[in-house]
Amino acid sequence: MQTDAVVSGSLRNRLVLILIGGAAVLAIFLFFAVRSYAVQVAQRGQDNILLASVTSMLDAAAFRDGVAEVDIPYAAFSMLNTPADDRVFYAIYQDDTFLSGYNDLGLLGENQGGQPSFQTRDYRDTSVREVTASRTLIGADQRTEIQIALAQTQDALADTLDQISRNAALLGLGFFALAVALSIWATQATISPLSRLTNSVTRRGPQDLSPFTKPVPQEMAPLVTSLNSLMGRLDQSLSQSEDFIAEAAHRVRTPLATVRSYAEATLLRVNKEENREAMRSMVKAIDESSRAAGQLLDHAMITFRADHLEREELDLVDLVRDLILRLTPVADMKDLTLDLRGEDTVTYAGDPILLQNALRNMIDNAMKYSPADGAIEISVRSEPVVAVTVSDQGPGFPLDEIETLTARFTRGRNADNTIGSGLGLTIAQDVATAHGGEITLRNREEGGACVILSL
Amino acid sequence: MKFLLVEDNSDLAGAIASRLRLDGHVVDNAETLEDAKAFVSTGEYDMILLDIMLPDGDGRTFLKEHRASDLDTPVIVLTARSQVSDRIGSLDLGADDYLTKPFDHAELEARCRAVLRRKSGNARVTIETGGVVFDSVAGSLKVAGEPINLRNRELRLLELFLNAPGQVFSKQKLADRLFSYDDDVSENAIEVYVGRLRKHLEKSDLGITTLRGLGYRLDHAD
Repeated sequence: MQTDAVVSGSLRNRLVLILIGGAAVLAIFLFFAVRSYAVQVAQRGQDNILLASVTSMLDAAAFRDGVAEVDIPYAAFSMLNTPADDRVFYAIYQDDTFLSGYNDLGLLGENQGGQPSFQTRDYRDTSVREVTASRTLIGADQRTEIQIALAQTQDALADTLDQISRNAALLGLGFFALAVALSIWATQATISPLSRLTNSVTRRGPQDLSPFTKPVPQEMAPLVTSLNSLMGRLDQSLSQSEDFIAEAAHRVRTPLATVRSYAEATLLRVNKEENREAMRSMVKAIDESSRAAGQLLDHAMITFRADHLEREELDLVDLVRDLILRLTPVADMKDLTLDLRGEDTVTYAGDPILLQNALRNMIDNAMKYSPADGAIEISVRSEPVVAVTVSDQGPGFPLDEIETLTARFTRGRNADNTIGSGLGLTIAQDVATAHGGEITLRNREEGGACVILSL
Repeated sequence: MKFLLVEDNSDLAGAIASRLRLDGHVVDNAETLEDAKAFVSTGEYDMILLDIMLPDGDGRTFLKEHRASDLDTPVIVLTARSQVSDRIGSLDLGADDYLTKPFDHAELEARCRAVLRRKSGNARVTIETGGVVFDSVAGSLKVAGEPINLRNRELRLLELFLNAPGQVFSKQKLADRLFSYDDDVSENAIEVYVGRLRKHLEKSDLGITTLRGLGYRLDHAD
């Protein structure tokens, strides 16, 4: 009867995924932001040195004897030294005419307003940073423009960038790890009131329908309120149906009892055999209907309880002993003896009410089919599995029906003269199943039926 | 025996009472808890038969109060609910036994006897006649001073005869008293029990006479 919830995703996973996904995007963004900022800063550093270098070259240019001379100062190149031994290329032009250096280096576009211009480009199969700057030399009635292109490979810069990228990646990873830890913690903290509520619902016994009173977060309050109102209604309808069943049983059984008592009393006074036979049939019919009603109610109760077993530690031998004590007066009436055999204590965790009901039905059955002066043997053992065996000295089960006898409302072919609803073994079977065990029926070699409830 | 029957349904109460009276018992009927308390405080009873659902309350409260008082009159609860938990509840509260309605009077008798046997100190009803001493509560029989073990059906058969000496019982009547209605009884079975009882009574002055076609009768052998 238990219906599993239809699960669509998990709140916890959803929350963790969103938080971790967000953290990953942020970490990647952080990585690129740091890296691009670092690239800018490093590039600006190289540019400044290149500019300083080219400026010092231009500064050294002068007219000498009417000829423009460019003397490259030593410092101009030495300041460009890098740990990666970057190569430096230069080209000097005068009024767009190549003077000296690498003639394939070329100038960069237009120099707007004499401002130096920078560019990163490929040169001789490698990436270089190039600066072009110019200076106008003014001499006596002369005017010429010196233009210098200076380029430097970017190996040192690339090294620096690698290093910075590594650090940025580490930073990003660290941030990510921290964010993951934080999001798991946050998820845990958010979900935990829900888990606590779930736990306290699950731990409840089947009879506990009282409202929840423990404080819950504001967002869960509507859920708990609905849950409480649902349980309230359930409690009400359960107790209503319990009352109803009790009332119905009372209404049915009381008049039956009246009829039975009168029939019995009449039977004692009537002498005519056909009247007596009618009275006997009447009593038999009453017994049959009341027994059926009782077992139907028991069966319903057992189906209900089997869903929520209330297991407790109990001594099966004690339980059987109580039951035997209770049934002895009835057994006595038939001159039957109930013998308890087997171990002295067998501890088992089970539902006492269900077990008692199952065993009672088994012993009732044995008593019904036992011949007068017979003995019914009830033995409890714990090895190899916990089991209670009830054996009688009756006719035994019809061999071909052994399989079907535990089915609802099935009775053996040889049961025509005894009163029963066919639910007794079904009840025992249901109880066994609820405890993860089974009912085994067999006939004893020396005659008689044997029912084993193994748990 | 003197019974107090606490049962609000007057039809059922009447039926039970008339059945008990047939066996020679005295029965008072209380229909409410109030009445029951009044009866208990004024008279002495051997046994209280208590219904659970009563118009002015739950029979179990009566049971609780009864157990709290000094009286230790045995109580057998008659319940119309089939529920096991209900039965356990009444046993926990101090009922000596319970029966589910409708019940077999033979079973009620058997349970009364079992309860009375458990409760020591009660005045025993013994029948002494023709060299036998019979205690129906303890189920003991002494013939010429010798204790004899009786099985339950032999005991009930003897009780029937002793309670109505000289009366003729047909086999069918005896069968109805000794066997439950779902037993398959042959007239042979009655002969077997009568035979056993005869054997037990051999050394006494009592004898069971067979009246062909009519049944059996307990006679003094003198």
